[in-house]
Amino acid sequence: MNKVDALIIGAGPTGLFTAHQLKLIGLNCEIIDNLDKIGGQCIELYPDKPIYDIPAIPECTGEELTNNLINQLKPFDIKFHLNQRVEEVKKDEDNWLVKTSKGNIFLTPNVIIAGGVGSFEPRKFSPKECEKFEDKSLFYSIKDKKIFKGKIVSIFGGGDSALDWAIELSKDSKVNLIHRRDEFRGAKSTVDKVFKLVKSGKINLFTKYQMTAVNGSEKLESIVISHDNEETKNLKTDYVLGFFGLIMQLGPIANWGLNIDKKRIEVDTEKFETNQKGIYAVGDICNYPGKLKLILSGFHEGALAARACFKLARPNEKYRFEFTTTSTNILKRLGKKD
Amino acid sequence: MPKITYITSDKQSRTIEVQNGLTVMEGAVQNDIPGIDADCGGGMACATCHVYVKEDWLDKLPKKEDGEEDMLDMAFEPKKNSRLSCQLLVSDELDGLIVSIPTKQG
Repeated sequence: MNKVDALIIGAGPTGLFTAHQLKLIGLNCEIIDNLDKIGGQCIELYPDKPIYDIPAIPECTGEELTNNLINQLKPFDIKFHLNQRVEEVKKDEDNWLVKTSKGNIFLTPNVIIAGGVGSFEPRKFSPKECEKFEDKSLFYSIKDKKIFKGKIVSIFGGGDSALDWAIELSKDSKVNLIHRRDEFRGAKSTVDKVFKLVKSGKINLFTKYQMTAVNGSEKLESIVISHDNEETKNLKTDYVLGFFGLIMQLGPIANWGLNIDKKRIEVDTEKFETNQKGIYAVGDICNYPGKLKLILSGFHEGALAARACFKLARPNEKYRFEFTTTSTNILKRLGKKD
Repeated sequence: MPKITYITSDKQSRTIEVQNGLTVMEGAVQNDIPGIDADCGGGMACATCHVYVKEDWLDKLPKKEDGEEDMLDMAFEPKKNSRLSCQLLVSDELDGLIVSIPTKQG
């Protein structure tokens, strides 16, 4: 079990800066995120798009902002727990007991939810019966490509993930590539490679088709794909892969006894505390009168929530407000003074 | 003000006056029309404000920008008349527009 002064859920810009604020005032913290990388929406949704409204930074991309925030955390030793979702938050006397999908357990008086619009999860196929085959013969990511050897694999999607896997798996498997339109959004060189493999018969390409049904009782046997003009085809297949990007899902947060309205958590504007003592919400996921969904608002909210954490993490000490320019304590924490 | 009709997935129809300059997505969100999530807030980065436009309106709408079709690849059950409602800017020309909301956004 990990004991921490504060646990942050979400490694987006707000979560990162909140960690910085906690460390500045001498509290330790760890960060959990369901993505496999740091940066949240900035890195997943718009890494290359310029942002123009970060104070004192006239222009930076989502990726640059993330890298700058990571750099700002360099003086501190902060543990990140990526690739896992927080499944459970339970009261344990004066603390919260937090469990993640990878089985990590934390005990902390303070949980700060900086979860954006929820955790990023793969977008799924629409036919309901697909769930039955999920993680057996239908996947949204690949962990072990060896299982596809010598099999028929039907790949859906038009982006780089779908195309890269179609190219890779066409070496040892029979590949069907299915996409809803003629154009692909993958890199041009990748698209060219795919068309070469289609020409040489290594990939069967079906465009303007989408999956409308899956067949099979125990084992997946075939799928039905339907054309824009409603013509359908039955494809024999052993495996199905779907690459439709990620979507944000609120997920288990809805079960933690918090006041949630329209996927946002109600907080006060002094501590950014929820209706549960010691659970705070900051950034896009919180709501209060006048809330703006701006990164700069998340920074402000995180700074105040961090101060509120001090009281519960150090009940016998008094928090003293100090500036980074002059405080010896802070300069020591930053490694600027011995 | 232009009137936009939203048909939700349970076939309820609501017609709302939406101010010029707002998007069809904002018209829905501000009036509590269910089924348009708009997770990214209108940045054409999430495809959760996906709508089906009534066929006879397809040619009258502003053309899709490059990124919109790419995002629609990720939408739930996209069709030929799919659009992202955050990209449909309301103007007098859109008065009477009818959009249907899919059963899910993802």
